[in-house]
Amino acid sequence: MTPPSSDFVTALPEIGLLTVACVVLLVEAYSQSRMVAYLLTLTGLLLTSALVVVSGAGVPMLAFNGLYIDDPMGEVLKLLTCLSAIAAVIYSRQFLDDRKMLSGDYLGLLLFAVLGMLVMISASHFLSLYLGLELLSLSLYAMVAMERDSARATEAAMKYFVLGALASGLLLYGMSLIYGLTGSLELSKIAESLHYGVKSEVVLVFGLVFIVAGLGFKLGAAPFHMWAPDVYHGAPAAVTLFIGTAPKLAAFAFAMRLLVDGLQPAHGDWQQMLAVMAVASLAIGNIAAIAQTNIKRMLAYSTISHMGFLLLGMMTGSLAGYSAAMFYSVSYVLMSLGGFGMVTYLSRVGVEAENLDDFKGLNARHPWLAAIMAMVMMSMAGLPPFVGFYAKLSVLQALIGAGWISLAVVAVLFSLIGAFYYLRVVRIMYFDAPAVEDTTPTHASDAAMLLSANGLAILVLGILPQSLMTLCALSVQMSLR
Amino acid sequence: MLEGIGILSLTIWVPIVAGLLVLFTGSDDRNADGQRTLALIGAVLGFLVAIPLWTGFDATTSAMQFEELMPWIPAFNIWYHLGVDGISMPFILLNSFTTVLVVIAGWRVIQTKVAQYMAAFLIQSGLINGVFAGLDGILFYVFFEAMLIPLYLIIGMWGGPNRVYAAIKFFLYTLLGSLLMLVAMIYLFFVSGGSFEILEWQRVGLTMTAQMFLFVAFFFAFAVKVPMWPVHTWLPDAHVEAPTGGSVVLAAITLKVGAYGFLRFTLPIVPDATHQLTWLIVTFSLIAVVYIGLVALVQSDMKKLIAYSSIAHMGFVTLGFMLFNALGIEGGLVQMISHGFVSAALFLCIGVMYDRVHSRQISDYGGVANTMPKFAALFMLFAMANSGLPGTSGFVGEFMVILGAVKVNFWWAAAAALTLIFGAAYTLWMYKRVIFGKVANDHVAELQDIDGREFLMLALLAVAVLAMGLYPLPVTDVMHTSVNSLLAHVAQSKLIP
Repeated sequence: MTPPSSDFVTALPEIGLLTVACVVLLVEAYSQSRMVAYLLTLTGLLLTSALVVVSGAGVPMLAFNGLYIDDPMGEVLKLLTCLSAIAAVIYSRQFLDDRKMLSGDYLGLLLFAVLGMLVMISASHFLSLYLGLELLSLSLYAMVAMERDSARATEAAMKYFVLGALASGLLLYGMSLIYGLTGSLELSKIAESLHYGVKSEVVLVFGLVFIVAGLGFKLGAAPFHMWAPDVYHGAPAAVTLFIGTAPKLAAFAFAMRLLVDGLQPAHGDWQQMLAVMAVASLAIGNIAAIAQTNIKRMLAYSTISHMGFLLLGMMTGSLAGYSAAMFYSVSYVLMSLGGFGMVTYLSRVGVEAENLDDFKGLNARHPWLAAIMAMVMMSMAGLPPFVGFYAKLSVLQALIGAGWISLAVVAVLFSLIGAFYYLRVVRIMYFDAPAVEDTTPTHASDAAMLLSANGLAILVLGILPQSLMTLCALSVQMSLR
Repeated sequence: MLEGIGILSLTIWVPIVAGLLVLFTGSDDRNADGQRTLALIGAVLGFLVAIPLWTGFDATTSAMQFEELMPWIPAFNIWYHLGVDGISMPFILLNSFTTVLVVIAGWRVIQTKVAQYMAAFLIQSGLINGVFAGLDGILFYVFFEAMLIPLYLIIGMWGGPNRVYAAIKFFLYTLLGSLLMLVAMIYLFFVSGGSFEILEWQRVGLTMTAQMFLFVAFFFAFAVKVPMWPVHTWLPDAHVEAPTGGSVVLAAITLKVGAYGFLRFTLPIVPDATHQLTWLIVTFSLIAVVYIGLVALVQSDMKKLIAYSSIAHMGFVTLGFMLFNALGIEGGLVQMISHGFVSAALFLCIGVMYDRVHSRQISDYGGVANTMPKFAALFMLFAMANSGLPGTSGFVGEFMVILGAVKVNFWWAAAAALTLIFGAAYTLWMYKRVIFGKVANDHVAELQDIDGREFLMLALLAVAVLAMGLYPLPVTDVMHTSVNSLLAHVAQSKLIP
């Protein structure tokens, strides 16, 4: 049966992106200029964003026989994914250029990774979810290993690949159990079938455990976080920047699709698993981050703790919780873009500004960059008036609204520990004298302007968070069935 | 005047905008004079826009005045709601006034990163005004926490040798308290049926268990800020390491935020728990008054001495609040304002000497009166005020609190009255060792007396100290109605089973 043409219209953003990705790969063979592939990538991502906006229907629409869903939450997440990929590409242009990595290969992989995310976000079927996930993961493995001569990057890629393959295996195994139980791979049918009760509670819980473990790995939540610090640390800064931002939005969508769209009737079972993972992530992420001297590694642990917060929002199982988790992931991506973007921006030829000491006295050298980084750090610590505060506030509110006051107290106590290492970065930039060796950034004014906009967005959304909050809440509300 | 923007908004945003303007003049210290002037204009403007609060204040009502209400985050029912009553209004004026002093105090002393220094103080001033004016819980919280950031930077960037430790200790201590308060606020949001209005929270009935937990959460937040014994240890470190201006703001204003929190949150929202736990706060307060007073006596560092003296004086304030009578609470409030003037003045005096000798050790001085007579006279006045001499502002508050305490429990009053002895002992002994006697060393012999700038800031404070000491009526009048209505509110149990 050929799908009706409207199916293709629904999937227009993905189709557009795929085309551009192929063109980028081809152009590399014919053109000597690296800028062509770069500009083409940006255009492609912009085009995809535009297509997302244009093709938005406002109501959930299934396509391709239930493989694919287009709903407001997906649209918002896709748009933000594309935008954050654009920012990541612009931030890393100089970095990649200096290291001879700005090629069609790299950018093509990046576009395929974005495509994988879009597919994940729009999946309404175990198969399409898995397909998107693998498309993303395989591209990322290759991107991490892109710096061929670096032993560290290769090691990181190897770890990422082995552990990632294991996680995919777990996920598939869980999916197969659920399939055996419900007789369907389509998320809505699974939910329906679970709703009427299952034959074996044991099989359901087994399936859930494997699925949640696979999900935990992809999110980078403890105790499945081990890959994150090594990969973030080992990968070139530009790749870390990419891994640490947009895929988190996709991971959020992934969690929403699996747990909420598909397994909502088993909420009582997965809630406990998420609670344990959340607390473990908060504890490990925040405590281990204190000991780090490498800022990429520190931010990796910080990511783990942020994922803990995101899971706290998810586990409430309420609309408020899902919107809070979405708002959290969006704010997190915004902050993380600023943080990793700054690391990438400050890196020079041959040197990565990845040790905390490289930020020493940044205020004396570049007050504006220091101010942006300080805003990013304080926002991550959850201090007002920055957007990170409202992200934490909305999660805490959802938690307390669902009656989990003790978890809320645990969460704020770990945020206090978190504040210590975020403030340490501020301290290093503002209180310490500059290091003798000056890391003057190579002038890339487009990246500098975007970084400024990014920093200001963190502040402005911190003063007026209403619009983004409403956007998240509405889109989640309109997408839930 | 600007249409649609209220006075309270102006007191918040004028300093912040001025601070941002100063910040954007660049980090080039060659423009320092222009930046200083701009900062002074901003600070003075900030004070001028606050004056209508005093002149237009209606002391006959306990309702919120100069109210401003705008939706801010409707998704969570959070409002941009500002307003002041007799309890909060004086502190906005005190804060705006102190900001002017701080800018003057940093005029010559701060030679590096001048723009950032001045901007940090201006922004902080606006944020603190927001704390006193905010009537929405989250709005209050945002200001309450955001004000830590400039002070953290001030201590860490322009402070003494151990500044990094002090700055981080200060920040984490105060953050611990406020995070628990955030959880309490969200809990109250649900209990009160979805409102972040502080006034609504004051009306909502609560069970005893809930009140106890809320009390603990609020207590952490505010006791750390006050600071009460035993969570006071960050204060001496912060004071010693902070630059003069930072110490002034810390002592004169930020400590008051904690005490203000008791009156705005703890007492009216959880009155029954407060009544139950009065003994706890009173014990802590008396320990602060007596034990910390003794600790102050043995300090060899002048700033540390004044820091401990601040803790002791704030112990008086919290004691006054727990008496549940008008004399006690008004006495506490007057003590807060007076301490704002006196501690600011003492830190400025120490700053004046430190700028010349670069030492805060008492033993490095002696016979300063010989070389700096004008300074010695003014310092004398403030030292007397700190020890509670009648005729100075320091006396009024302490006297009222002791009177109030006698009504409740004679032994509390007796213990509290010890402060008059200890206060006089440590302050005057320090004064004697520093100012009187023979010229101790060459440094002291080379001292120049205060110049016009220093005289101006100390004289302004001297006038304030004397005015409040001789005729405190205008200040207490402003507070009276609000305090009485607070007492009436606290007297009623809001316990639900």
